[in-house]
Formats: sequence, C-alpha cells, structure tokens
Amino acid sequence: MADRFIEPDTPELRARWGNFAWTEANAAKAKDIVARYPEGRQRSAVMPLLDLAQRQVGAELNTQGWLPIPVMEFVARELDMPIIRVVEVASFYTMYNIAPIGRFHVQVCGTTPCMLRGSDDIIETCKKRGMKKGHTTADGMWSFTEVECMGNCASAPMVQINDDNYEDLTPERMDAVLDALARGETPKAGTQDPARHTVEPVGEPTNLAAMITANHDYRSEW
Amino acid sequence: MPKVKVDGVELEVPAGATVLQACELAGKEIPRFCYHERLSIAGNCRMCLVEVKPGPPKPQASCALPATDGQEIRTDSEMVKKAREGVMEFLLINHPLDCPICDQGGECDLQDQSVAYGRGGSRYHEHKRAVTEKYMGPLIKTQMTRCIHCTRCVRFSEEVAGVDEIGALYRGESMQITTYLEHAAKHEMSANVIDLCPVGALTSRPYAYEARPWELKKTLGIDVSDATGSNIRIDARGREVLRVLPRNNDDVNEEWLSDKARFQIDGLTKRRLDKPYLRRDGKLVAVTWNEAFAALSTLNPGASIAAVAGDMVDCETMFAAKALVGALGSSLLEGRQTGMNYATANLAAVNFNTTLNDIESADTILIVGSMVRWEAPTVNVRLRKAVKRGAKVFLIGPEWETTFGGEFIGDDLSVLGNLPGHVSNALGQAKRPAVIVGGAALGRGGLEAALGLAGQFKLVRTLEDGSAWNGFNVLHMAASRMGGLMLGYAQEGGIADLVAAKPKVLISLGADEVDYAGFAGSMIVYIGHHGDKGAHAADVILPASAYTEKAGTYVSTEGRVQFADKAVFAPGDAREDWTILRALADAFGVTVGFDSFDELRAAMIAAVPALGIEGLAGYGKALPAGGGSASGAIVYPIKDFYMTNPIARASATMQRCSAELLHGEEFAEAAE
Repeated sequence: MADRFIEPDTPELRARWGNFAWTEANAAKAKDIVARYPEGRQRSAVMPLLDLAQRQVGAELNTQGWLPIPVMEFVARELDMPIIRVVEVASFYTMYNIAPIGRFHVQVCGTTPCMLRGSDDIIETCKKRGMKKGHTTADGMWSFTEVECMGNCASAPMVQINDDNYEDLTPERMDAVLDALARGETPKAGTQDPARHTVEPVGEPTNLAAMITANHDYRSEW
Repeated sequence: MPKVKVDGVELEVPAGATVLQACELAGKEIPRFCYHERLSIAGNCRMCLVEVKPGPPKPQASCALPATDGQEIRTDSEMVKKAREGVMEFLLINHPLDCPICDQGGECDLQDQSVAYGRGGSRYHEHKRAVTEKYMGPLIKTQMTRCIHCTRCVRFSEEVAGVDEIGALYRGESMQITTYLEHAAKHEMSANVIDLCPVGALTSRPYAYEARPWELKKTLGIDVSDATGSNIRIDARGREVLRVLPRNNDDVNEEWLSDKARFQIDGLTKRRLDKPYLRRDGKLVAVTWNEAFAALSTLNPGASIAAVAGDMVDCETMFAAKALVGALGSSLLEGRQTGMNYATANLAAVNFNTTLNDIESADTILIVGSMVRWEAPTVNVRLRKAVKRGAKVFLIGPEWETTFGGEFIGDDLSVLGNLPGHVSNALGQAKRPAVIVGGAALGRGGLEAALGLAGQFKLVRTLEDGSAWNGFNVLHMAASRMGGLMLGYAQEGGIADLVAAKPKVLISLGADEVDYAGFAGSMIVYIGHHGDKGAHAADVILPASAYTEKAGTYVSTEGRVQFADKAVFAPGDAREDWTILRALADAFGVTVGFDSFDELRAAMIAAVPALGIEGLAGYGKALPAGGGSASGAIVYPIKDFYMTNPIARASATMQRCSAELLHGEEFAEAAE
C-alpha cells in the first residue's frame, strides 16, 4: 500500500481552510445525510460528510478534492464528535485523500488478473505522461497510484479515475481516455472495448454453450 | 449459569462470562495483550487463542467469545500451542529487539509472554517497520516502533478518562497510535496508559532510563495528593523514590492513579528541609537539633499553645501533636487551614457516605461546588461510569469541562435552596439519589443547605433489595481531613478560634495553606518537609518526613482507614514527625505517654478505636437536619491541578505540566 500521510498542520493550511463551511447546496445535503441516522447516532454520518467535504474542496480547487486538517475539524464540529475519531476514519479509508491531489486521480489496478491482462503496459502508458507512483504531475493534472483489486477482474485491466472506472484497457485505449479527460471531455465509463457493452463474454460463450438458446439439462451428461 | 469444561475440568461460570474468564476461573493462564478487565473487549491481538468445541475447527479468540453451556475448552492442546507461537511470531515481526535499552524491560508483557509462549527463535529476515516517535506530553514517553496495536491506550482515553485524544491512524501495517496532531495528552489520568501499555511503546518520561524494576524496593503506600486515599506502590532505590504506581483496590482507585499522585515524587528531593532552622534577627539560620530544642525549651508556652495540621499529614502525627498540646493543657487544634468552620459533631455529615464504589450505581447525582476532575480524578472516573450506566448529573458551580456530560444549573450557592423543577423532580424520582458537596460549597451555609436537601429527598434510605443507601457525600481535597476530624482537629469557629486565642506557640504540622498573618504574635514551630509557604512564616523549622518516609494511618474522604508503610529514610537531619513531637514534649517538660511508634499507634487506637481497623470507619447513618439558606458565588479552591501541595510545587515534572498543559507554554524537545 502506498504510504499515505496526513498533510501537516501549518499556519498556511489554517489560513486557507480555517474558514471552511458548507456551500448552500452542500449544507442542505449534509442536513439530509445527518437526518438519515437515528437520533443520538449522528456520528455515523461521518463518512458521507467527509466525502461531501472532499468533493466541495475538490470543486473549489478543481481537483478530485482532499481533506485538509481544518476541514476534518469542521466535520467533527458539525457532528459534535472528537476530532481524533474523524481523523481515524479519514486516514483509514484510501478513498479519502489526506494530502493534496491532482485534477484526475488515476488509480491503476496491478493485482494478478489485471497484471496478467496487461496492467504493466497501462502503468507504462501513465509513466510516459510523466506520472509517478504516489505523485501529482507538475501541472496538477494527474495523480497516479497503483492500487490493489477493484473488483473488475472480468474486464481487466482497469483503471479508476476519480468517480469512474475504465475497463478493458490497452495502451491505446488508455491514451484515448486520458486525452479525452485532458481535453475536458467525459469519456464513456466502463468497458473501452467497442465489442462489449458490459462484462458479457467476449466472443462466443465457451461454457454452458448449450444453454444459450434454451434451458438445457446437463445432469444426464455428468 | 453455563457449565463448561476447561482442559477436562468441569466448572460453572457466571452468565455472561467469556471463555477467557472461564479459563481464568479454572486457574489457567491465558496470554493476552489487548484484553483488559476494565476496558471494552477489542479482540485484536489474537494472543488469547484457545480451542473450543463445539465450533469451527480452528483456534478462537477467547476474550471475545461468550462461554456457553457444554463448551469444551482446551488451553493445553497442540493447536493452542501452535496458535500462540504463530501469533507471537507475527507480533514480533515488527517489534524491535531493543529490550536492553527499553524501559519496559523486566516488566514487559510481550517479553514475558514471548518467553512463555513464543518460539525459540525468529524466522523473519525482512525489514522491520519503523514508526516516528509521537509527542504525548511531558509525562508519556513514546517509542512507537514498539507498539503492537493493542489499542488499550485508545480505549482507556475514550472509555475511562472520557477525553478522546488518542487514536489509531492509517491502517494495516501502517497503523500508528497518536494523539491528535501530537498534542500533549491533557487530562488528569493520562499517565495510566503507561501502566496499560503491554510493551515499551508508552513509558514514563520522568522515569526514563532511571532504573530496572528488579532494582527497586517496593513499598505499599497511600497517596496524599488528594483525599481519595488512592492505593500506591512506592518504588525506591536506595534513599530515593523513583516512581509511584497504583495498586489494585476496587473500592478506592480501581487500578488508576492521577498524574499528580504518580509524578509529584520528584518534588520529594527538591526544596527539602533537611536541617532545623531558627529565626534569628528576622532571618532563618540553620542550627543543630540540640540548639533548636534548647531554644524551644525556653519558650514555656503553658496552655497557650495550638496546633494546625496540614493537608498531607498522617493520623499518628496529628495524634502525637494532639497529645503534646493536650499535655500542656490546651485543646486548640485545627486542620481546616483555609478557615472553614462547618460543624463536625456528626462526621457522617462531612463524609463521602455513598462510598467511592457505590457512587457508580447512583442514578441521579447533584454535584455542588466541586470540580471533581481536579479535586478527585479517580472519583471523576467513577462518575463517568455512573453516567454510562444511565445516571443523570446536575452540577452547581462555574462550568468546567466534565468528562461525563451533566447539566450546570447555576454557579451560586443560592441555587441549593431553589432547585430548578426538573432537577428536584429527578432527585425526587430517583431510586438512588446522591448529592456530592465539594470544598467550595462547604462554607456560607452550603453544607447545611445540602443537608436540608438530604432530608427533603430522603438521601438516606433502604433500597428495594434491602441494602442501605446513603446518598449524602462530601468530597474533601486533603488527605488528612477525615483523620483530622476524627482526632478532633476542628474548632467551632475554625482557624479563627486559634487566631483569637493568640497562642504563644503555634505548632504547624506541614500546614502550608494557612494565612499566618493572623499568628504574628505567636512563635510558629513548623514541623514539615518542604520549604514552602509554612516554612517561610516559621520561627522554628523542625525538618520532618514526607508521606513516603514514614509509616502512617490515613483516612480517605469516604472514611476509609488505610495504613501506609515507610519506603525510604528522610533526607539529611530530617526525622519522622512523631519523634520530633516526642522530643518537643521533653523540651516543654511534659509527658505524652509514648516512646515508640507502636506505643503511639496503640495510644491513638485507644483514643479513636476506628483508626485501628482497616476499612470504612462508619460514622452512622443519621445525618443532622441541616436546612437554612446558603448564598454566595462558588469559587473552586484549586486553581492549578498540578500545584496543589508543597511536594507538587517543588516537583519539576509538575511545574512543567502546569506550564505546558494548563498555561499553554511551549517547550522545545531536547535533542536525543
């Protein structure tokens, strides 16, 4: 696992984020979220609120968003809970960014199925664009991490960029996705294989072929 | 009550017991790191694995598994042995092999258990994890590479102390225990995590690299930094007390100890009075004992003598002084240094009657004029437990940060006579109501008004189960208070009576909080151990012993009589207090009836038999009627938790705590 560390608490950070507060829209959303939990269990809302805060920070910075210490303190105040409990949650889950991040957070899966299907080439493609594991490119565009299985093994190799997964990648398809993102477009999420809609078998089914058209009782053949 | 079989022996265990507790009942030792009797169950160290049938065919964590009827538990099978070896090997993967330079060495759970349950050697050749040191304040030294993530400290600060400040950041192998942004741990019980830590990750900062546990002589003592009579173990090497640890006593301090009690001991070697002094031409001059007594023998006070007892003296000292003053024909004795004059005819009216243990089961508690967190940190822990069980707490007094919630209903004593409706309703409907009166509310009619409430709400009652309940409590701050009151250290008008009597000689037994301006005409003989306020005002200083340097009897605020032993000798020419008073009797030409400590104790017990029996003294159930009205703003007497007594004031550790934790000064960390 990549080393993650909380961005140090500096006067500059305090000056920048000390006055963090919900935008009007997010304030309403936060209220809705907190109301989902029973009375006295408001602390349970810490995870959705952290996510909301991260998105708001992201919107302000035009990045994926991250959680500066003062923002975590804000969430702790909102939920009237000890700040250390909020930091525990934020530092535990890797989907919360606890240090500044770029516009696009490229998370390439490098676990066995993806690796066998060519994730090394995908990583190479990223590296060609100047991405470095655990770093953000100088233009603030790309943050790159290699992650473990994201559960898309049927359409490996895959990459998660911000909220979307892009699957069935080849170096060319990966380049196309990254180029589209860089141009400000929103590429189609999911499989990038034009022959596939989702994770249905590629080509003809090879298993249980007799069941494609009608129900077939295999038991007598066992 | 489920019946289980442990290693073939059948036994019945209480309902709700865990498998680990069942094994303990069967006399089997189960190794553990994260499990602690007084904390919630975490089940994350996996050291307590045992084999349980019926169940999955694999070892199970016994600390988190309820014992059920018909279980067959094995703690001695090959599977268990292998499981323990495996867990221990995993734990040691990232634990440094630095026992020779670790302060926990010799009293380390991990060390002991790896010897008892671990493999003979390591098979691990990779790099070990290293974790940066975390700053946790002036009392707790950290070496987080040694941490095995048992989370006892996290659970302690959340559950017992009630101040959420320690947490586990990150995850998996990168998990780190830290305080928020490495701020110092800021509560009065913080150092208990040192005892809880099963490894050397959290150790005592003042005691760092001082000694090994096997070098220390351990003496059982009683803490005098507050009135709860916490049971302590005094660890000394040679003539120096190196540390103080809590002793288990479920009735008093459970197994916790306040930071002050634990760390004020470095004050025992500073600012000590180790020679007698006489005031000559306005200046204190060091003299010999002979010169001091020669000067004293010329005083001839007759009956014009009085004694005032300090907050930390033992009953024997007070009784010896009482015998001396009595032999001279006087009965002017007072222990309430700051001028309190509440009635003491019935000691039940000034005692913590509910007892520290039973206050946990109270369901409605009214606290009047007590900042419990500072005045009695171990009682604060009990109150938090009571609230966790569902008790409602109301407080009268200026607001302070409670660790148990509670509602502040005013900061004036007059609220006592005019309780808000919901408070009197709650007290009226409560099954186990309790009132706690603190030092700030004893005067100005406060005690009487609170006693009035005791009558109104029937705080003394018989519970449904037939046991007696006395919900009226006074929480004192001085370790000597209840003992002093039992020995008659109380005048009707308080210390003002002593001032009015204009005694020729005033014996001050370590009394440092007295306003000596009133005794300008008296010869002040100070018998104490620290060069503090009392010594500055004294005309004669006779150096005496601190609480670690003499055996003694102490009575806690709940009237619990406890005995302490002598751990070390007093420094320099200082003597035990009773020997000084005995010699003073010779100087004044009277006899006091004792020549040895045993004779003194026997005489004391003859005079006050309750002082001879360890345990609750028992002052009866009847409370005086009380009543009347009280008024006046409540002001808590303790302004600085770390500076309440002469020992703490002399202690560099306590001074630093005060400066850093209460006054926000920043200290640069010394480079190591």
